[in-house]
This record gives sequence, structure tokens and C-alpha cells, in this order.
Amino acid sequence: MSLKRWMTGFMEKNGLLVGLYILGAVTLWIVLMIVLPQLFMLDFSFRYNLPPAEIGGPKDVYTLSNYKYLIYGSAGSAADYNWIDLSVFLQTIIAAVFVTLIDLALCYPIAYYLAHTAKGATGRLLILSLIIPYWVNEILRAFAFRIIFGASGVINNFLVYLGLIDQPIDFIREDVALYTGLSYAYILLMIFPIYNAVESLDRNQVEAARDMGSGWLRIHWRIVIPFAKPGIASGCTMVFMLTAGALAAPQILGGPSSLWFTQLIVQWFNTGGNWPRGSAYAIALLIACVAFVLFMMRVFKIRVGEIGR
Amino acid sequence: MSQAAVELDSVTIKFGDFVAVRDVNIDIGDGEFFSFLGPSGCGKTTLLRAVSGFLEPTDGHVRIHGNDMAGIGPNVRPTALIFQNLALFPLMTVWENIAFGLEVRGVGKRERRDRAEELLDLIALPGQGDKMVSELSGGQRQRVAIARALAVEPKVLLLDEPLSALDLKLRQHMRTELRAIQQRVGITFIYITHDQGEALTMSDRIAVMSAGVVEQVGKGADIYDRPDSAFVASFVGENNAFRGRVTQISGDEVKLEGRQGQLVGRFNPDNPVREGDEAYLFVRPESFKFADAANADAVNTIKATVREDEFEGSFHHLILAAGEDDYVRMSLTNDGSHSSNLKGAEQSVRFEPARGVVLPIGPLATE
Ligand SMILES: Nc1ncnc2c1ncn2[C@@H]1O[C@H](COP(=O)(O)OP(=O)(O)OP(=O)(O)O)[C@@H](O)[C@H]1O
Ligand SMILES: [Mg+2]
Repeated sequence: MSLKRWMTGFMEKNGLLVGLYILGAVTLWIVLMIVLPQLFMLDFSFRYNLPPAEIGGPKDVYTLSNYKYLIYGSAGSAADYNWIDLSVFLQTIIAAVFVTLIDLALCYPIAYYLAHTAKGATGRLLILSLIIPYWVNEILRAFAFRIIFGASGVINNFLVYLGLIDQPIDFIREDVALYTGLSYAYILLMIFPIYNAVESLDRNQVEAARDMGSGWLRIHWRIVIPFAKPGIASGCTMVFMLTAGALAAPQILGGPSSLWFTQLIVQWFNTGGNWPRGSAYAIALLIACVAFVLFMMRVFKIRVGEIGR
Repeated sequence: MSQAAVELDSVTIKFGDFVAVRDVNIDIGDGEFFSFLGPSGCGKTTLLRAVSGFLEPTDGHVRIHGNDMAGIGPNVRPTALIFQNLALFPLMTVWENIAFGLEVRGVGKRERRDRAEELLDLIALPGQGDKMVSELSGGQRQRVAIARALAVEPKVLLLDEPLSALDLKLRQHMRTELRAIQQRVGITFIYITHDQGEALTMSDRIAVMSAGVVEQVGKGADIYDRPDSAFVASFVGENNAFRGRVTQISGDEVKLEGRQGQLVGRFNPDNPVREGDEAYLFVRPESFKFADAANADAVNTIKATVREDEFEGSFHHLILAAGEDDYVRMSLTNDGSHSSNLKGAEQSVRFEPARGVVLPIGPLATE
């Protein structure tokens, strides 16, 4: 009933042709690009990795074995749990949280400055200088980071030149390059939602708080941050999800000991040739990330609807 | 009035080359309700921001109870500002809003709550502390903003057109309320408005501003009855302006020759005209009377025809045409002595010379 009313209203507002187009395009987009592929992945993840001849045959039945493998490892192994993969899984999530926090700390001041202090030309210039570096593609950027963080890279040379160190620091092994690269990769996705939220804050509120004697820390803590919370949540969610799912940066910038969970997934798909297991791993990552985000939103009392603003 | 609460000493405020406030010198007494009245864009908010500390004057000094405020930020000045749009905190409850200043000062939660309750009583909103700001009506928000500002016990409360967002009825009610609150707390109020009704009803004294300059300072009645400039005369209250050439000044009477023939008005020694000058003669609508046959030839009689009769209950507001391009606005008390619709009537009108004031030519207020 209400759906029908919404439909007629929607058609009246946009006209039949435009209305049908929008509805059709959105439906197609959602079904074809989002729902169907994921459903196939989901389906895949519950199947055995069979040779092509046996697909659809009597052996092609649903199973939890791929998920079990992530948790318990292969049946023959000595350990109770698949510690190697599980720890990579956990490390990836923790590292993504860490990167998200770094980005939040970096971007909140920038976003506030852009929204409330920088005026006219300065503001536009700043935004431009934030955006333009993203014209450089991800791979190029990652390798450039590798070069400047390398043993004979600019940073090491400079530190040695200053006499602060006598041996070059292995930034790659220490994962400094990785974290820098990851933090930088999604900075815009943190800045703009916060910028949007902060910009709509009435400046008079900041001044009113100041007039009542409040210092800057309290103004941010009590007035600006609560107001910008949906923007902060939306920025954090995006950065967290994308960092947890990043592939290029960990592959290029990661030290020999660091493995990102996405790399495991790719291994199953490519070298392992085991698509069902790769799917199961990918789905596990997706579910864990969504669950984590929903949990955090619960903790900070943010409704999903608010993020869309 | 031993010492001024707020001293504005040659205060000039510039934005680049633009002079927003020019050489303002005013002493505002302790406990006074002082208003700045002026049209939009004349620099009222700018001046108030210089008192509250969000802005430093380009020249001159702001002193509060004798202390120069140069370099002292808004967070440490003994002033509280009520913003044009109130700027209540939407994510806090009413009592948290009111107690915010106390929170800043490190007052414990229990005491803050108690103090907020006291202030809620003062503004006649007892027990409404747990509501959100969005649940209040316009007038109630207004009062919460006042309570929030009073909570920090300022020496001077600054109000920037706080009633402008309210509807007429509520605005008139809040005038009385504001005045009552001021008398109860006994601190200095500096009130900004472009509404002369507000300024006249509430203030002890008024400063009339135009284009960054203070034109006149005085009690409401002084400003209304004895304006010192063409701007003040035309901005405060309704006024008829007749332009003419000064032909004779004798004692405190000035004779003026213009399109209405010879008119006689009062000489203003504070802003004198000279013989031979062009000048304005200002006459209030309520100063006009109908001329009858007995005094048809008396001074200041103008032949006119009633064009409009706006009936407003207690008053008839008439617009009369006098000759080609001159109009006379006239207000009559509805005391039963006039016919109910005067439109179209030919009527000569007159006024006493003492009820008109002659002032040098200057910019008039455009509504
Ligand atoms: N930060 C600023 N930079 C440049 N010009 C300004 C600034 N603030 C105010 N002005 C100018 O100064 C003049 C006075 O502004 P102000 O806000 O004080 O007016 P106002 O009397 O409060 O008007 P209103 O009744 O509309 O609030 C205006 O012409 C305005 O454009
Ligand atoms: Mg203003």
C-alpha cells in the first residue's frame, strides 16, 4: 500500500519516463553490480573445489569446509586451529583500525580548518592540493613510496646527512612505509565527510561556547565533535573498510613479515586455484568488517541512517 | 553612576578600507539598559563584537568597569553575548545549555543542575531542563539563551537583535519580560535592534546609529521629541519632512519658505541652521490637527485632500495630498469626533510651530 503510494508519488514527481529510467537504472545497478555477484560469491564459498567435469554432478554439494579451513586448518595438520591464517586475519583488522585512527587524527584538524578557518582562495587551493595528488594512480604512488622510503631513498639519505642516524633505517621491514602508504591512500575519504559535517555547524555556536569561557579543547569535545559525529563515523567506516580490503599497498609496501588478509584471498584465487576457498575467505573478511563497524556504531550511538547525510 | 560599566573611547573599526564603525564615544552606566538603534548594516553587530571581544577595534579603547579590554579574549571578558540567531547547542538538553558556562568553570554536576533550575525559574520555564532545545517554542528558546548567558554571571549582557526571529505578539511580550529580567538581575544590558519600538519601550538610553556613526545619544523621549539630525528625525518614528529655505530665525522660531508656502518650526541649537540655508522641517503625524474655519489663516496651515485612511483600531492613519508631490501623514486618535471614513474629504491641516523642528539637510532614513 505505502509502496504503491510511494511509487505513484515518485512517478508524478519525476515524470513517467525519467521515473522509469531512474528506477530501472538503480535496480539494475543494485541487482547486477552488487547483489548478484555477491550472491555468487556466497554460493561459491559453500562448495567444494571440484574439477570442471564434476561440477553439477553428485559430488557438487554444499559444505562448510572452506570456512572450517579458515578456523581449524586442514584436517591433517597437528594444530587445533589455523593460527597462521587467523592471525593474519586479526592483524589485518587491527592494522586497519590503527590506520583509521591515524587518518582521523590527521584529518579532523584539516577538515575543521578547511571548513571554518580557510576562506575563499586559500581554501580552494588547499582542497585542490589535496585532490590533485590522487590523479596519480595507486600503483605508481605505492612504488614512489617504496623509493623514498628505501634504504637509499630520500628520507634515509636526509637523516644520514643530518647525522641523526649512521645506518639507513629499513622502513619497509619496519612497516613504516606500509602504514604511511595506507594512511595516505584514503585520506580524502576521511577529510570530506568530516569537512561536510563541520561546515554545516553554525559558527555562532563555536563563538557562543567561547564567549562562555570555553577553551578550544572543550569546544571541540563538546560542540564540534558531537555535531560532526555522523561525518566522522562515515569517514572512519570508509577508511576502515577500504584499508582492510586494500591489496596494492600491502603487496608493494609491506615488509617480508607482514601479510595482509587480502593477499591470502588472492593466493587462493590465483596460485591456489581454489575459488570456493578464496570466496569463503573474502566473505569472512566482509562479514567481520561489517560486524565490527556496526559494533562501533553501537558503541558511539550512531544510527546507520545518519551516515548517509 | 560612579563609574561607567562600558566605556567606548573613540572606537573605530575598519575592515580593510571600509569603516564599519567611526569614532564612537559613549559611556554606558552600571545597571543601565542601553540600546543601539540603527538600520541594517549600520555597524551595530560589529560594535557589539568589539565589546564582547570577538573583534579588536582598529582605533580607540573599550573599557569595562575601568579595565582596558585590549588583547583580552571573549572567553575571559566579563560579558556574555546573546547571538542574533541564539546559537543554542542543539545536541544538549536545555539544562546542559544553561549550565555550559558553569561546566567550563569546573562546577560540579549537582551544583550545575541546581543553578540551572534556579535560572529556569527566573525565565519562567521551571522543570523543563530535560527537554531538548528543538522541543521548545521560539519564545522559550529565547529565554533559554538569556538564562545561558546569565549563568556565567556577566557584568554586562550583550544582546544582538534577540527578538527579531519572533512574531509580533511574542516580541511585544518578550520586551516586557526582558526589561523585567534586567531589573531583577540588575546588570548592564546592551541591546541592539533596528526596531525603534523595542528601543523606545525597553531602554534607559538609546544611541541612534547610521552608517557606522552614532548620530545621537539620549533617552527615548529626547530622541523622539528632539532629534538632532535629519537621519534621527526620519528613522525614529514616523515623520513628515518639508524641505525649504530658511528665511528668518528669531528666538527659537525658524521661518521656512517651501512648496507649502511659509512654515514655522522650532530652532535646534544642537544642530543649528542658518538663514539662507536649505533645511528640513520635521512634523510628527500626531502633531497635525484639522484646521477649522476659525483658524483657517493661522500659521502652518496646509490645504490637503485625504487620499488614504488606514484604520488601525485606536488610530486613523491618514495620508493627505497637499499640492503636486507633497504628502502629509497624520494620525488621529479614534475618539469618536471624526467620521468613520475620511477618504476623499478636503481638509486643511495645521500644527503648532513648537511641534515642528527645523534641521539642516542630511541623509534621510530609507525604510
Ligand atoms: N568581517 C567583515 N568583513 C568585512 N566587512 C564586514 C565584516 N563584518 C561586517 N562587515 C560590514 O560592516 C557593516 C556593518 O555590519 P554589521 O554586521 O555590524 O551590521 P548590523 O548593523 O549588525 O546589521 P544587521 O542589522 O543587518 O545585523 C556591513 O556593511 C558589513 O558588510
Ligand atoms: Mg547585526
